[in-house]
Amino acid sequence: MTPGLILAAEEGAANPLIPAVYDIVWSAVCLAIIGFVFWKKVLPLFQKVLAERTEKIEGGIAKAEAAQAEANQKLEEYKEQLAEARAEAARIRDDARAEGLAIVEEMREQAQAESARIVAQGQHQLDAQRAQIVAELRADLGRVAIDLASKVVGESLEDDTRRRGTVDRFLDELDAVSAPAGK
Amino acid sequence: MFGRDCRESTLNTLVLAEGGEFHKPSIVEFFPSALLFEGTPFQIDRIMLIRFLMTIVLVAFFLVAMRRPKLVPRGVQNLGEYALDFVRIHIAEDILGKEQGRRFLPLLTTFFFMIWAMNLSGVIPLLNMPSSAKIGVPLVLALLSYVVFNYAGIKAQGLGPYLKSNLFPPGVPKPLYVLVTPIEFLSTFLLRPLTLTVRLMANMLAGHMTLVLFFSAAWFLMFQAGNLLLAPVGAVSLAMGFAFTLFELLVQFLQAYIFTLLTAIYIDGALHAEH
Repeated sequence: MTPGLILAAEEGAANPLIPAVYDIVWSAVCLAIIGFVFWKKVLPLFQKVLAERTEKIEGGIAKAEAAQAEANQKLEEYKEQLAEARAEAARIRDDARAEGLAIVEEMREQAQAESARIVAQGQHQLDAQRAQIVAELRADLGRVAIDLASKVVGESLEDDTRRRGTVDRFLDELDAVSAPAGK
Repeated sequence: MFGRDCRESTLNTLVLAEGGEFHKPSIVEFFPSALLFEGTPFQIDRIMLIRFLMTIVLVAFFLVAMRRPKLVPRGVQNLGEYALDFVRIHIAEDILGKEQGRRFLPLLTTFFFMIWAMNLSGVIPLLNMPSSAKIGVPLVLALLSYVVFNYAGIKAQGLGPYLKSNLFPPGVPKPLYVLVTPIEFLSTFLLRPLTLTVRLMANMLAGHMTLVLFFSAAWFLMFQAGNLLLAPVGAVSLAMGFAFTLFELLVQFLQAYIFTLLTAIYIDGALHAEH
């Protein structure tokens, strides 16, 4: 290359606004390389990692929400179970109280019946004893009265016929007197 | 040939040391001599090599960063994701919405990182040349942006309605179309790719010129002028060069952002008839 040629080339190309062909060519080559790498390599990797990151964050949020929902559900269940248990306990208590009352009532009735029975039995015994005593007294009274009357009259009321009639009449009178008191 | 190229390009400091005279920054720096395939459409010069290098570094960085992406990013993956998220959230989704943003994300991501990487070579020592200051990169990207937003518009609305909504904006009195339509045509279909191209290219070119000016002035004033009184001025110039290097870092990022943002806005405008 001679100095003359260099000079000519410099003078000819000295307008910075006029592009040389090789300038355009190599600019386009650089652009193509850079563009290709960004378009096909770098940006897809970048978008992928961004998408993964977003997914990760959103997935984490979704998981937390699910856990929260589950916890709430569990809490509701526990509350429900607790309420059920309380109701059950109250019911059992009421039942027991009612049963207790029934038992007491029954016992009272039995006791009353028993006492009534004892009282009635006593009454019967008394009646029987009274009847026996009345019968004994009646026999004794007849005899004592005749003895007494024999002594008073001075004569023996040996005559059976008269004696029977007198005693019977006396006893009838006695019965009439004692009947209202006996009954 | 290679040696000469190097001398010319590494901030021209070596040339200054030999020549002993002040080296003015020149547009010629953007036209280094060919290294390979001279005169063919595949000619390779120093700036092309810088482009290749930046392309390889960019691609390698993201391939390494995302080679095995983990759910919980660590180290370089964190950095890569942070960068990708910037384009995804603050450009694509902010302007185009989730669905369309996803559709055009590869294009926007490519634009942003390619432009930024090509710009960054302007402040990397030994490279010292924003490879987007040569018009090829801005032009190719702007043309692709042009093709994409027109394609998106025609596909979304159909050719007729798309042209109508752009050339005959609704709500304008009919006679005014005589004035409005040519302006709209000019701004939408001619100036958009042109402004995209020139904005990026001119910013990077001017930034490079500024840095060269400050650093070569510093070198000249401190070591070559032979005047001790000028040395402090050279030191100031060096400090300014440093400050402008930081500023240039900001501009490099901003230009990549603006280019990508405008592309997204153009696509969004083309997708919706009313805007």
